[in-house]
Amino acid sequence: MIRNNDVKMVPLPSNAIVPERDVDKPPVLSVHQLGIDFGGLTAVDNFNFIMGRTEIGGLIGPNGAGKTTVFNLLTNVYQPTRGTILLDGVNTSGKSVSQVSRMGIARTFQNIRLFDRMSVIDNVKIGLHNRYDSNLLSSVLHTPGYFRHEKQADEKAMELLSFFDMQDYAQHDAGSLPYGAQRRIEIVRALATEPKVLLLDEPAAGMNPSETEELAENIRRIRDTFGIAIVLIEHDMNLVMGVCEGIAVLNYGRIIAKGTPDEIKSNPDVIEAYLGKQEDR
Amino acid sequence: MKKKIVFKEKYISYLIIVVMFAAAVVMIRTGTASRKLQSWLVPICINIILAVSLNLTVGFLGELTLGHAGFMSVGAYAGCIFSQAVQNVMPAAVRFPLAILVGGLSAALFSVIIGVPVLRLKGDYLAIVTLAFGEIVKSIIINLNITGGAAGLRGTPQDSNYIWAFALTLVTVVVITNLTESGQGRAIKAIRDNRIAAEASGIDVTYYRLMAFVIAAFFAGVAGVLYGHNYSITSAGTFDYNKSIEILVLVVLGGLGSIRGSIIAATLLYILPEVLRDLQDYRMIIYSVVLILIMIINSSEQFSSVKELLDIRKAFRKLFSEKQKGEALNDQE
Ligand SMILES: Nc1ncnc2c1ncn2[C@@H]1O[C@H](COP(=O)(O)OP(=O)(O)OP(=O)(O)O)[C@@H](O)[C@H]1O
Ligand SMILES: [Mg+2]
Repeated sequence: MIRNNDVKMVPLPSNAIVPERDVDKPPVLSVHQLGIDFGGLTAVDNFNFIMGRTEIGGLIGPNGAGKTTVFNLLTNVYQPTRGTILLDGVNTSGKSVSQVSRMGIARTFQNIRLFDRMSVIDNVKIGLHNRYDSNLLSSVLHTPGYFRHEKQADEKAMELLSFFDMQDYAQHDAGSLPYGAQRRIEIVRALATEPKVLLLDEPAAGMNPSETEELAENIRRIRDTFGIAIVLIEHDMNLVMGVCEGIAVLNYGRIIAKGTPDEIKSNPDVIEAYLGKQEDR
Repeated sequence: MKKKIVFKEKYISYLIIVVMFAAAVVMIRTGTASRKLQSWLVPICINIILAVSLNLTVGFLGELTLGHAGFMSVGAYAGCIFSQAVQNVMPAAVRFPLAILVGGLSAALFSVIIGVPVLRLKGDYLAIVTLAFGEIVKSIIINLNITGGAAGLRGTPQDSNYIWAFALTLVTVVVITNLTESGQGRAIKAIRDNRIAAEASGIDVTYYRLMAFVIAAFFAGVAGVLYGHNYSITSAGTFDYNKSIEILVLVVLGGLGSIRGSIIAATLLYILPEVLRDLQDYRMIIYSVVLILIMIINSSEQFSSVKELLDIRKAFRKLFSEKQKGEALNDQE
């Protein structure tokens, strides 16, 4: 069983809700009127979203609702047609994908994207890249400074891997590992970039109930240990209702409901979006 | 455990070059090396430098480029023209290293000019653009006076020798091996494996693509300088599309991302046609058959198990890693 949260959500002046513990701090993510059109198709529209600094938020909705598109907008993979994204108060508009990563947004992918032919530890070290790497000259000459940086990166990577009990996999090729392990490596790699916000796109896809339960605990543990905000896209309702403190529901690219898990569960619009209209049933 | 194996592999590459050099020295000193054999040494080194450097872009970065011969020719002409200009001012020992730098940097400069606009694009445009680059460079050289035009450039001092050639080969192999092991090399390989994930992990993709491309071009330029100072005439026709393909064949046969493979392929595929020269009529047939055989052996399942049997070290490693993986999986339960 995935245990439920006991957290009090309080409204902000903008009438978004955040956990009580985050209410005095500025939100880490503040999205205003975000929208994107692909040709004639409006994939996301009127998207307003606030994340408290240590909030675990959920983004749910039927297939094709636009959830992954929101992540692609938040990470600047897509340029929005309208709207603004403030990360810790800074507008991310016009930044490249790698710049946004360095500013503090990390993500995992709905279809796992690892560096398959590289070892697990090297995958994690890519996440650490911008913190521990030496300059080109000392890399090419293998100077003492180069070895020092490599050692620091190795230690940090092992520390992060052991957080998920993955240290024994360190030297394996990432592509050769089982599915669940690959999902975890993606999360470790994302954490290695020291994000302020971690975006997880369907992390429980393909997992069995016990793995999902472990994932739920891990998501809480990440938030508690690293003190970061986490946004979860998920179809597994037990997981979403268990770990998320605030939830936004997307349908056809628009938010149709926002609130605590209990509010979402009993919202008639949400039930309709998921199950179809009464007369269709 | 893995660290040790990586080290070993890299030292095998260095060892091959040092042993080849030592053998050359001994044979030349004892007078057992024929003139013909001696004349192979510099071209073999040139071949190795070309293959190892192209492997950086094709094998490690995963980008197809068809203009390596173009960068080689830029290096060759820049280096040769420089050497001719300072021929009477400097002794060969000063002139030649400077010519190497001039040639390498000129090729690198051209690669920046091409790379900056092309490498920021997302598609596979590099192959087409580098192909065109090689051909354009060739026509420009043929139509200029300073390069000697279609007749070729004569009068370059013959500063190349096998000692320089081996030294530069070793430098190339050490630099590129060290690079691929380092953080920069990791970033380059990450872009090859998954560009989108690399970008999302904070890797500046354009910067590292450019880095690999420019370093490869630099060494192609160095190979060109060695070439230009080894023969009495340098002609643009040598550095055509076929030459680029020839280098690409070395990289593919040696194995994408395998520096040692590139060294071996570059050496054997230079020697093979030379040895077969006596069998004039059948030379190209035998050469092609050997190429096809290597291709099949490299790619087929049955042969790969035979190859693994032959490669004892690899067999050990496999045994070891499978054991370890088994343990790791058991831990997981
Ligand atoms: N690059 C694109 N070009 C055109 N249309 C796109 C593009 N990306 C997404 N879309 C469209 O936007 C809509 C939303 O897609 P998205 O992948 O965000 O859905 P999702 O909510 O993540 O669905 P799922 O639960 O199946 O993952 C879909 O109709 C999709 O076809
Ligand atoms: Mg999706």
